[in-house]
Amino acid sequence: MSDSHPSFFNRLTLALRAFWRILTDEPFAASVLRLEGEMPVAAGPAVAEPPKPALRETSPDSALQLLALLQQEGRFVDFLEENVTAYSDADIGGAARVVHEGCRKVIHHYLRIEPVRAEAEGVRLTLAAGFDTAAVRLTGNVVGQPPFNGTLMHRGWRAVEIKLPRLADGHDVRVLAPAEVEL
Amino acid sequence: MSEIRYAVGIDLGTTHCVMAAVDLHASDRDELAEGIEAIPQLTGPGAVEDRSMLPSFLYLPHPDELRPDDRTLPWGEQPAFVVGELARVMGSRTPIRLVASAKSWLCHPGVDRRAAILPVEGPEEVERVSPLQASMSYLAHLRAAWDYHHPDAPLAEQEVVLTVPASFDPAARELTAEAAAAVGLSHLVLLEEPQAALYHWILAAGDEWRKQVHIGDIILVVDLGGGTADFSLIAVTEHDGALELVRVAVGDHILLGGDNMDLALAHTIRAKLAEQGAQLDPWQVQGLTHGCRHAKEILLSAPSVAAVPVVVPSRGSRLIGGTLRTELTREEVTQALMGGFFPEVDASARPASRARAALTKLGLPYAQDAAMTRHLAAFLGRQVDATRDLQGFAGSALEHASFLHPTAVLFNGGVFKAPPLLERTLAVLNGWLNAEGAPPARLLEGADLDLAVARGAAYYGYVRRGRGVRIRGGTAKSFYVGVESAVPAVPGMEPPIEALCIAPFGMEEGTHAELPPQEVGLVVGEPVRFRFFGSSVRRADHVGEVLEQWAPEEVEELEEIAATLPAEGRQPGEVVPVRLRAAVTEVGTLRLEAVPREGAESWKIEFDVRGER
Repeated sequence: MSDSHPSFFNRLTLALRAFWRILTDEPFAASVLRLEGEMPVAAGPAVAEPPKPALRETSPDSALQLLALLQQEGRFVDFLEENVTAYSDADIGGAARVVHEGCRKVIHHYLRIEPVRAEAEGVRLTLAAGFDTAAVRLTGNVVGQPPFNGTLMHRGWRAVEIKLPRLADGHDVRVLAPAEVEL
Repeated sequence: MSEIRYAVGIDLGTTHCVMAAVDLHASDRDELAEGIEAIPQLTGPGAVEDRSMLPSFLYLPHPDELRPDDRTLPWGEQPAFVVGELARVMGSRTPIRLVASAKSWLCHPGVDRRAAILPVEGPEEVERVSPLQASMSYLAHLRAAWDYHHPDAPLAEQEVVLTVPASFDPAARELTAEAAAAVGLSHLVLLEEPQAALYHWILAAGDEWRKQVHIGDIILVVDLGGGTADFSLIAVTEHDGALELVRVAVGDHILLGGDNMDLALAHTIRAKLAEQGAQLDPWQVQGLTHGCRHAKEILLSAPSVAAVPVVVPSRGSRLIGGTLRTELTREEVTQALMGGFFPEVDASARPASRARAALTKLGLPYAQDAAMTRHLAAFLGRQVDATRDLQGFAGSALEHASFLHPTAVLFNGGVFKAPPLLERTLAVLNGWLNAEGAPPARLLEGADLDLAVARGAAYYGYVRRGRGVRIRGGTAKSFYVGVESAVPAVPGMEPPIEALCIAPFGMEEGTHAELPPQEVGLVVGEPVRFRFFGSSVRRADHVGEVLEQWAPEEVEELEEIAATLPAEGRQPGEVVPVRLRAAVTEVGTLRLEAVPREGAESWKIEFDVRGER
């Protein structure tokens, strides 16, 4: 890890240390003040380093491809596009079997999905410092420092592997299901 | 010529193809580097996936159905005809452009296998292909897939073991070998599928296999795939103190398989829906068959489930309103499958056959009796004497046995993924054995029912190099040509025909039979046709033996053979006396030659596959 890009935890420690020093050390506080005032000026071409947090556009291709597969095998789009309020639960249940069986086949065939946490839901567990905040979300009384103790409410899912069919260059992924015309 | 690196096994099945390989360089006594090869194929328009199986379907698309881009394969080809999963899917919507079961057509004696006749139901404008071309297109796809994954070791330079049903007749074997040669597979060997299944069992059992079978064992291999049923008997004998396997008998060609079972269930459900007033269109029947297969697998593998819902989706985008819902019960499955395909019958039961109508529509000769157990009873009954002449089997060939008593059974084929069907078959067989005071047959545990044949074939390619036990056996039939007997002509009566044995039972690969003393006349420059016969039970006939009469179940008429003598150095129309010599090639096909009295030359006699019988 390079010094010019300290990690989140390094920055957190640094921030906490700086916080105390600014409160207790007057000259240091003055330098920080100066530094903060100068930042926009000094951040000329030389200090372009810290990249602005950016959002990236995701390519819709794989999403459309997966949707097409879910439609093809499990009539997923048909199901979602239908007005379910007009039907009895028995009718919807019948259709849900088609959707469930087909979509499950797709999910199991093209992806390998595992729970994020192996523990059973409902058990108490401890999260040590440095846990993956992207894979575990804290809820409720979120205060204090790790290790955190809490109850596993949902095990989470993680796609361990994804292997979608390769596509030919000219293939139009926006067609989720072609119209069918019987001659 | 480059060195052979892999032994490749290809299961060219009726409903799907599988390819496996053994890396000869990376394998030694302790460690075998073998596995299934992934087959990239179109799974949707413009979408390519690796699958372990290539569905044996060929789709002949209309120009407006698929753009060239939609047919792009990983190796850059855009073939005009689609092979594999996409062909299967498109064919389920447009059957008139689908070629299926090409393998069954390849051994259909009623049609010309080189003529463009498939798809049979196709209208005029659909381009047609021959059964031979269809088989070639599957092999060509497999070859391209292999070459794509192994650019340094092209398939044409590897040893290829191609499996055929044990019941394939000489002409069908020859056509299979011809298809392989046409796509450039030059190091080719044919292997019978039940043998491949047993090789796979040996491969999977490792050194343990020698402990699981004993001298005197007779292993029955029951191979029930998607479209065909194939039986073989393999005896365990001893040679120089080591166990040896000898294939002693093979069954008839029976077009009966798992697809028939799914179809039977679909008809049950269809009748049930019809009672509720719902009529299904062909598209829905397809969906129903699919749903039934799924429901069948659940019902047959989970004994606690009494019924599984079967849903037939509507074709339009209105899924909820148009979906038909019913259920498949345990009783229905039991009745349709156990009762229809695996009934409890006596060992003396025989398949029912009714005379076919004189003008049958052009179609495959499907088995008329769906009862697998009756076909099995007929096979074992016919082969009661199969081990009589084998050393070490004197005690087991009981005098009062009405059928051959197997001591172990190996099941293969997707049908047996349902444990109750396997158990039922074994129970019925053991019932027959029990009735004759014989001990029950053991079940040889095998796995990989779908992939075993290809893996076993690749393993055979490996053991052929002297690195493991081989199954001996040679040809499973003795062969005869029809000659007119020398009796005074009676007006209005055809001269009776006699069968002259030209190839004895059990000819090994790479050997040839001696010349029979009898000569036949060939007319120079004109094709001369002979009737041709085979017997799977007359094990003792020698070359030159003449059968004046025979029982119909003993000798079966095969397709005619034809010889044309070139006119070189002879007068057209001249009659040249020749003798007929049979040989089994290294590939495993039967080769017949006409050998004249003088001179070193000989002429190949062709199997007539034009279906004019």
